[in-house]
Amino acid sequence: MKTFRKILLGEEFNRATASIIAILIGLLVGFLVLLISNSAEALAGFKIILSGGFSTGAKGMGQVLYFATPLILTGLSVGFAFKTGLFNIGTPGQFIIGAFAAVYIGVTCTFLPAPLHWIAALLAATIAGGLWALIPGILKAYLNVHEVISSIMMNYIGMYLANYLTKSTIYDIRKAQSLNVADSAVLPKGGLDYIFYNDLGGVKDLSTVNSGIWIAIVVAILIYFIINKTTFGYELKACGFNQNASNYAGINAKRSIVLSMVIAGMLAGLGGGLLYLSGASGRHLKVVDMLAVEGFNGIPVALLGLSNPIGIIFSAFIIAYITQGGNYLQTLNFAPEVIDIIIACIIYFSAFALYFRKLLPFLIKKGRGDRQ
Amino acid sequence: MGMEYIIEMLNITKSFPGIIANDAITLQLRKGEIHALLGENGAGKSTLMSVLFGLYQPENGVITKAGKEVSINNPNDANNLGIGMVHQHFKLIQNFTVLQNIILGVETTKNGFLKMDEARTKVMALSDQYGLKVDPDTLIEDITVGMQQRVEILKMLYRDNEILIFDEPTAVLTPQEIEELMKIMKELAGEGKSILFITHKLNEIKSTADRCTVLRKGKYIGTVDVQTTSKETMSEMMVGRKIQFTIDKNPSIPNASHFEVRSLTVSSKRSAKKAVNNVSFTVKKGEILCIAGIDGNGQSELVYALTGLGPIESGQIFLNGKEITKMSVRDRNVLGMSHIPEDRHKDGLILDYTLAENLILKKYFTPEFQDHGFIKFNATHTYADRLITEFDIRSSQGSKTMARSMSGGNQQKAILAREINNDPEILIAVQPTRGLDVGAIEYIHKQLVEQRNSGKAVLLVSLELDEVMNVSDRILVLFEGEIVADLMPAETTVQELGLYMAGSKRKEVVL
Ligand SMILES: Nc1ncnc2c1ncn2[C@@H]1O[C@H](COP(=O)(O)OP(=O)(O)OP(=O)(O)O)[C@@H](O)[C@H]1O
Ligand SMILES: [Mg+2]
Repeated sequence: MKTFRKILLGEEFNRATASIIAILIGLLVGFLVLLISNSAEALAGFKIILSGGFSTGAKGMGQVLYFATPLILTGLSVGFAFKTGLFNIGTPGQFIIGAFAAVYIGVTCTFLPAPLHWIAALLAATIAGGLWALIPGILKAYLNVHEVISSIMMNYIGMYLANYLTKSTIYDIRKAQSLNVADSAVLPKGGLDYIFYNDLGGVKDLSTVNSGIWIAIVVAILIYFIINKTTFGYELKACGFNQNASNYAGINAKRSIVLSMVIAGMLAGLGGGLLYLSGASGRHLKVVDMLAVEGFNGIPVALLGLSNPIGIIFSAFIIAYITQGGNYLQTLNFAPEVIDIIIACIIYFSAFALYFRKLLPFLIKKGRGDRQ
Repeated sequence: MGMEYIIEMLNITKSFPGIIANDAITLQLRKGEIHALLGENGAGKSTLMSVLFGLYQPENGVITKAGKEVSINNPNDANNLGIGMVHQHFKLIQNFTVLQNIILGVETTKNGFLKMDEARTKVMALSDQYGLKVDPDTLIEDITVGMQQRVEILKMLYRDNEILIFDEPTAVLTPQEIEELMKIMKELAGEGKSILFITHKLNEIKSTADRCTVLRKGKYIGTVDVQTTSKETMSEMMVGRKIQFTIDKNPSIPNASHFEVRSLTVSSKRSAKKAVNNVSFTVKKGEILCIAGIDGNGQSELVYALTGLGPIESGQIFLNGKEITKMSVRDRNVLGMSHIPEDRHKDGLILDYTLAENLILKKYFTPEFQDHGFIKFNATHTYADRLITEFDIRSSQGSKTMARSMSGGNQQKAILAREINNDPEILIAVQPTRGLDVGAIEYIHKQLVEQRNSGKAVLLVSLELDEVMNVSDRILVLFEGEIVADLMPAETTVQELGLYMAGSKRKEVVL
């Protein structure tokens, strides 16, 4: 009994459980919204959400991974910044600028051979995202402008700039979207085409998922090591916790702030590249006045993953899974806007419900106190 | 039983992971008395007071007020019972004004609007009545710690609290401020308020307290009548052994000049007057040079300038003959400068790092703890464990303890261990014994003398006259940013020192 209690009160358990409870609460709220919007089909709809990617077989699961890829990166972006004391709400801007840079290179630099081409495109995405975060970083470090304000500004500038550049350089007017990137710029399948397809009478119906997911996972592990094991991470975290003490220790706090922001931006930018370098069946840049959802969803992903890179991989999967399930709701009588609301409710209430992490040990202890 | 005690804490037990901070402790507070709480760093004093103030829930034990059992689940409950607390590390909001901080949480409103005028009148009346001078409209970040403390006291009085807890209020005050505070505490007790008073300074207990409860390593040792108990007995109860109050030290054999400051001037943030004005001095090898003075006479600015943390206007600084005036903080550290900062929470520690991580704060990048950019965790913990033993740093989970959860005195010991262990060429120590128990002070003073005996230079900045007279080889008095006296401790008295510090006496200083 005593060891059981110990496990219950243990840090790791507490963390993981809190995230799971949070997701359950998010789902519950989602169900309530379903009931309100269309009570007749609520139960059926809820089932669809729960079965998520599974409802369309292996291809569907592949799609979940495809959409989880950018979420891992934007989640890492938010989580990394958060660990170093910054709130990077600028992921939508960094993400879309990164996406544009990747697609631009992918469409235009056709002289590059296959592996070089997509590598160059990803590099461009990473650098563009980093540059986009450099400005809030510098403003924060040297002029003490809060990064939330400047990042929001950069989000809109990024969105309009990406729209403008897409339209004026790499636009396919007939399809009202960006041109397909060259085949040499499409990320290789990385073996995933043997797993994630549906068999349509002898024809493989492939999922869009590609080696982007491998890259995302490797980057997450890399970030984990940087944060937890290196002197560089030690410095960045120190600045996040206490800038004065960091200066006292001889750490250049201003430089650290700028670097943290730039790395966060690079992660989000890379996320944009990974999502959009995916061939004809994948995503294309659309000229719409809307901030990138994948960017903002980095926030709940990071929250649910408790800013831990490994946790973020899992929470990105879960959120992609639920989002995918939500998309299949269209088979029932749900308006697209309602679907968006339901998904948003699940995601944000999950993140919100993380306050349970604080309550959990309290509740267990309370129960114990009564018994003694 | 019954009405004799206004507050009784009976058999209070409170543990944290890895440690029983309070082990069946009993504390009985009479109405109108000043009751001191004495114990080594980490003995559990702050924890016990936090239990009374509703910040922690004990696993066991009963609290009664005027004989009736009460349950205190949060500071609001405490406040409703008339219990107020001034914390060891103040809990004020930095970018709020003094007045806003005082009324925070008990604002009076009218139609949803704050009624500041009434609050202001009441605050100013209290301020006059007790001589607690404050500027109601200044931001907290711009006032001295002494005034911050007056704000904390006014906060309690504004809430009409009748049981007042002071957790180490004097650790951050100047001798003058301490005297004022003692007077105010006596006045409050005279009006029937009951006071719980934590301090490590036995003189203060002797001069103000009626009774004293002693804790040792989380256990209750006893409660004594202060009038009839000697300081020696009390400190023995607390430590479990005899304490030496003065230090043995041989006269210093100053060597070549080692650390030199030439015509240093630092401008002031607050006024047109210079914070440090044309100050020159040298610290020789094998010498403890002390900068004495009343708080706010330029000590902080001087130290910030010397350590590279703050700007200078003009002047030069040399270490071992090498000019370091424009060097970065890191370069100075590597060259052998150690710095025990004035404010341990602001500059000295990363509270959300573990003890081990804090102990390598100035060394993490050296080959000892770093390999190709990776931190060597094993080396870090071995090193931390050694310092923990050597400096007797007490905490609940050893090197893995979060600095935030450590007791104030042990946090200070961690900084001392880190800075002294760097084997510095020059050790700049600002109030190094702030918040330490007598045993620890004894140890640190010995360490400072040892540094100096091994030929190192020590620059000690202290507000405590006893420390100044006891430890230093030479004393410079800083008044309004200028050096007004250069004295040998053997040839001066505390009284004379006081006159220089107050600016009423001045000596031509030949350097
Ligand atoms: N929040 C906490 N979490 C974990 N351990 C704690 C916490 N607060 C205190 N402790 C531990 O409990 C013990 C008692 O701490 P406490 O702060 O009460 O000491 P203290 O008597 O006030 O010491 P000091 O004179 O140094 O201020 C210490 O070992 C400390 O590490
Ligand atoms: Mg304490």
